[in-house]
Amino acid sequence: MNHAPQATRHDIAGNDAHATGQHHPIGVYLKVWAYLFVLSAMSYLVDYFAVQGIMRWLLIITFMLLKAGLIVAIFMHMAWERLSLVYAILVPPLCLATLVGLMLIESRYTFWTRILFLDFGG
Amino acid sequence: MSQMLSTNAQAKPAPSGQRDIAGDWSSDQEVFKATHWGKAMMWIFLLSDTFIFSCFLTSYMTMRSSVTEPWPNASEVFALTIAGQAIPLILIAIMTFVLISSSGTMAMAVNFGYRRDRRKTALLMLVTALLGATFVGMQAFEWTKLIHEGVRPWGNPMGAAQFGASFFMITGFHGLHVSAGVIMLLIIASKVARGHYDARGDYSAVEIAGLYWHFVDLVWVFIFAFFYLW
Repeated sequence: MNHAPQATRHDIAGNDAHATGQHHPIGVYLKVWAYLFVLSAMSYLVDYFAVQGIMRWLLIITFMLLKAGLIVAIFMHMAWERLSLVYAILVPPLCLATLVGLMLIESRYTFWTRILFLDFGG
Repeated sequence: MSQMLSTNAQAKPAPSGQRDIAGDWSSDQEVFKATHWGKAMMWIFLLSDTFIFSCFLTSYMTMRSSVTEPWPNASEVFALTIAGQAIPLILIAIMTFVLISSSGTMAMAVNFGYRRDRRKTALLMLVTALLGATFVGMQAFEWTKLIHEGVRPWGNPMGAAQFGASFFMITGFHGLHVSAGVIMLLIIASKVARGHYDARGDYSAVEIAGLYWHFVDLVWVFIFAFFYLW
């Protein structure tokens, strides 16, 4: 099992140059680092200026997804991995949307049960 | 051989990504042949960890949207008084910046590892571990502060009782990951410094450790958004 990455026929086509290691200029990481700093600062400012309602959720989710995308794609090198690995890792978490959806329905049910039958939740 | 393959590719210009996937999954015995096996295994571990943290965050969502009492305002709960002025969520913001910085130094350590720069790799990994330890220290401070204010897993003076349970479970599990990561980084860094990876010329261990460390940062991004800012 403990083998070095094998050359595949795609090495010939030259689109798998990173099989033996990641060689990117340091500048890429510094740039992403700066972006992450700015995005974090912006999501903190959402709280600092007490933005409320839909706008708050929209901004928080946007900044969160941008940060997560940058970390996974650049810091974790997902942008340069083979597609079979990328899909094997990134597709399964989509199942979680089902869990979140089901639990959201369940929590609404619990909430109204508490309101209607449990004396407004005590 | 290479001549034949390249003419074949020219004859049928199928999208190379799809062809790669089909080729890998129909490959004999192993799918991730072209990837370092340790890296593939770390990714699969991280996938399972993603599900664990998602379960925590989903149960937090379920509790928060089913309570009838008001949820404590994180902005006020995690405020610190600096120079006589209460600044909302400032400790969490500093913790976020510390963890992002540690991710940045780790990414650079991986890069220097692949350049076979032993000294810089070990040094940057040490800085990463130090920033990680700082993060855990600040978390310990935060826990102490909240416990003194009467926050318990079963109740708190600010509002909904479920707040404490979610807080201690989610940040505790994350803190445990950071602590384990710091220990792992120190071990790998000392191996780098001793020239262990130069012998084989394979610095993949640094990248694999980096994957774990970036994942810890990634989880914090979601905790920060959903638990502290929402």
